[in-house]
Amino acid sequence: MRGFAYTRAVDAASAVHTAAQAGSMPPTMAPAQFLAGGTTLLDLMKLDAMRPRTVIDISGLKDRFGQIRADADGLHLGAFVRMAQAERHPDIRRDYPVIAQSLHLAASPQLRNMATLGGNVLQRTRCEYFREGWAQCNKRHPGSGCAAMGGVNRKHAVLGTSSSCIATYPGDFAQALIALDAQVQLLGPSGPRSIAFEALHVAPGNAPEIETRLNAGDLILGYFLPARPWTKNSLYLKIRDRESYEFALASAAVALDLQNGAVNQVRIALGGVATRPWRAHEAEAVLTGRPLTLQTARKAAAAAFADAVTHGGNDYKPELGRRTLVRALLELAGA
Amino acid sequence: MFQAKDSSRLLPVTRRTILGTAAATPALGFSGTLADAPAAPDRPIRQAIAVVLDVNGRPQNLTLDSRTTLLDTLREHLGLTGTKKGCDHGQCGACTVLVGGERVLSCLTLAAAVRAPVTTIEGLAKDGTLHPMQQAFIDQDAFQCGYCTPGQIMSAIACVEEGHTGSDAEIREFMSGNLCRCAAYPHIVAAIRQARSVMVRS
Repeated sequence: MRGFAYTRAVDAASAVHTAAQAGSMPPTMAPAQFLAGGTTLLDLMKLDAMRPRTVIDISGLKDRFGQIRADADGLHLGAFVRMAQAERHPDIRRDYPVIAQSLHLAASPQLRNMATLGGNVLQRTRCEYFREGWAQCNKRHPGSGCAAMGGVNRKHAVLGTSSSCIATYPGDFAQALIALDAQVQLLGPSGPRSIAFEALHVAPGNAPEIETRLNAGDLILGYFLPARPWTKNSLYLKIRDRESYEFALASAAVALDLQNGAVNQVRIALGGVATRPWRAHEAEAVLTGRPLTLQTARKAAAAAFADAVTHGGNDYKPELGRRTLVRALLELAGA
Repeated sequence: MFQAKDSSRLLPVTRRTILGTAAATPALGFSGTLADAPAAPDRPIRQAIAVVLDVNGRPQNLTLDSRTTLLDTLREHLGLTGTKKGCDHGQCGACTVLVGGERVLSCLTLAAAVRAPVTTIEGLAKDGTLHPMQQAFIDQDAFQCGYCTPGQIMSAIACVEEGHTGSDAEIREFMSGNLCRCAAYPHIVAAIRQARSVMVRS
């Protein structure tokens, strides 16, 4: 690991100020990085994939931004809540099951004790060409090419890819946030703002090193999940090589509002198959206003993967992704 | 980490001397506070930090390079080599310790960022009596090579205290962060079952 200057932030504003001062590069490559749980940052620093010269320890902010609060408006999650805290919270388990399930099915108990909800959504791809410092990786060395496209790509993305990058977004919680229409609360150099969580991440395009709409210095302070009639009727289904402590090959976060046998509202987010947390708008459109049956679920799944692009090793993923979504939809519908 | 940098030295080479020489740390520059730390972009940064830890009930005052993980602090600076370095990337669980009573991975924890008391495998036995979980691992033959065992035991204690030992399936799920290359898993589950009843009673 390269050397760095370690500093502790006394409040959110000074943390943002220090990080913003260090430069205006994409946050993934910025010379100043926030340290909370450390489970992504220290791992990637040991791999030399992230090289901050300043590490700003923000874990002291947890007293202020580490609360879970559920009220009539919805669910407020502080960015410094640990995954394990949210996973076992009785209100979340009862009223926001997709959130609790996505957290419980992720990582290991030790990692869930450490990782914060703010950092969780910013975890970076598990693409081995990126992690191991392969010479051709546009995400790690912009402009160098992509070794994964002609290489070992069994776990790589089929949605949201570009000619520059097919690295999969690896997380689970982000899909659950999309399914429940979450807002993400940010503090930046010019003050606080709130945006739809769905809009936080960006597809790689021709600049895979840019993974979010965050600017230098932007800090996630929390999430707000509005209470909706269908929030309770939600689930996270995760398919993986082993049944615990493994990233998704395909996953689906679904929230469903059925009225008189027809789909009134549905939210669908897919994981393990896309370059970013993926909202399947096309699948939602197929289902809205129609009864949820095996047939309509299959039509929706087909729509979700209509634009899938595969690269050999991951040729199986569109079919696995479709079946994952169909199963999630039918389980929720009680069919 | 098992490579001796001076294997030509004419000393009886034991595992311990190999580890000791490989762990020799370079002298640290003192850059002090953040304000004066970031130098020219190509100049390596070295920052020494005063770190105060509570490890197994003993206060420890250390001066460490900012990069030092809790794992390396325990093993290389405090001589507590019970905690093991497996992957060093948070994937195997061999480095599991308790911080503030919760199980965490010491390889992904900076020593400078630790704010709560640390308990390692060396801190479990009281007055010469093994912790019920340690005794259970012996009684149930819950290891072969033993390398993952300190991490397994620390994780298993937390697993019981968290209340995640309701069934064998639940134990397996909540112990999935600790890999055992010898595949002693069935005996580990048996050890946790045994220790659970003792721990719950006391």
